[in-house]
Amino acid sequence: MDGNGRVSGQNATVGRHMDGNGRAGEQSLWDVAAAVPDPEVPVLTIEDLGVLRSVEEPDGPGGRVVVTITPTYSGCPAMDTIRDDLLTAFAAVGRTDVDVVLTLSPAWTTDWMSEAGKAKLLDYGIAPPGARGPVALTLSLRCPQCGSPDTRELSRFGSTACKSLWVCNACREPFDHFKAI
Amino acid sequence: MRNPLQDYVLALADDALIAAQRMGEWIARAPQIEEDVALGNIGLDLLGQARSLLTYAGTLADPVRTEDDLAYWRDEREFRNVHLVERSWASAFGEHDFAVAMARLLVLSTYQHELYGALLASTDETVAAVAAKAVKEVAYHHEHAALWVVRLGDGTPVSHERMQAALGSEWRHVDELFDGSYVDAALLADRVAVDPATLRPAFDRRAGEVLAQATLTVPDVRPAVGGGRRGVHTEQMGYLLAEMQHLTRSHPGATW
Repeated sequence: MDGNGRVSGQNATVGRHMDGNGRAGEQSLWDVAAAVPDPEVPVLTIEDLGVLRSVEEPDGPGGRVVVTITPTYSGCPAMDTIRDDLLTAFAAVGRTDVDVVLTLSPAWTTDWMSEAGKAKLLDYGIAPPGARGPVALTLSLRCPQCGSPDTRELSRFGSTACKSLWVCNACREPFDHFKAI
Repeated sequence: MRNPLQDYVLALADDALIAAQRMGEWIARAPQIEEDVALGNIGLDLLGQARSLLTYAGTLADPVRTEDDLAYWRDEREFRNVHLVERSWASAFGEHDFAVAMARLLVLSTYQHELYGALLASTDETVAAVAAKAVKEVAYHHEHAALWVVRLGDGTPVSHERMQAALGSEWRHVDELFDGSYVDAALLADRVAVDPATLRPAFDRRAGEVLAQATLTVPDVRPAVGGGRRGVHTEQMGYLLAEMQHLTRSHPGATW
């Protein structure tokens, strides 16, 4: 795994697919899976989140595809939707023999979220997770709307399992924060 | 033929499942909307842990059973959760006593944080993997409970009295969490499982710190007669299972 938490399989397998006009093209199986958006925050893909772990053809090229994903939080309800979306994405490129496997280990961490992903989150209005450290600090977050550091946490739990709810004292807008875990 | 590993995993799974089921009752009943969201999220974390553990326990059965089979089709005597998590939220102060919720969450999350922390070193890969995710989540649960217990304990005379009373009723069910008689000796020897009795000193210390800061006293109460790990449950378990299981049992084989 490299510093961005990307794992094997993303470059190895290349499949051919037919577009709607019957023309063949080249697109890596990883790219097909990686483009699936997060159902809750659709500006992010499952690759941005580090949820997508590997895409492999264990029986050889053209055979069964095995996609491995990992949940962010134990009870994340988006995993079922992501699984369905993966099956749909692969069906669209003519691959119907696809197994989506959930792995718990190694445990997902916000450290696997790409910098691009964090930038997209901020743009969307969600404060991205900070770095994890040995000591839990309540650092000041910058408001995604106005940029002010004068913000406070309203609730450790927000609209989804992964987020907490904050409000900006400067512009008064509430915003979600993706918790570092 | 009982499978000790399956029994152990079910005990952990059922604690989380039944706690999650009870936590759901707080949605739309909490003192404020942020608390509806918080308790809902905590319940969801617990449900996620339950799903992973139930799925694993199902693979250890012969024939293999799914998480849904185990959640919806087992009868009361087959559930291995402790009594703490199956009890209703009712007290002398009402049907849904928020102080009871926070007292129970403090006990459960402090215990689970020690448990999952110890299970990080389990020689069973799946148990260790579930623990690695769960330990981070229950740390947030503990923090949430501690914040409220401190605020209510070190609050007004009324909130202090009610928080102390809630602790008294929940504390009767603490000993059962740390009774390790249900854990198979071979699982301990192989370091798959953890003897919960070894977690008690850390629990007492961490819970004690929170209560001291809250100006509350650790209750000195006679422990309730347990039995949950053997499938012997309280009257309230029947009603809980009826509500949780009736839809599936009314329409067997139905899918969304």
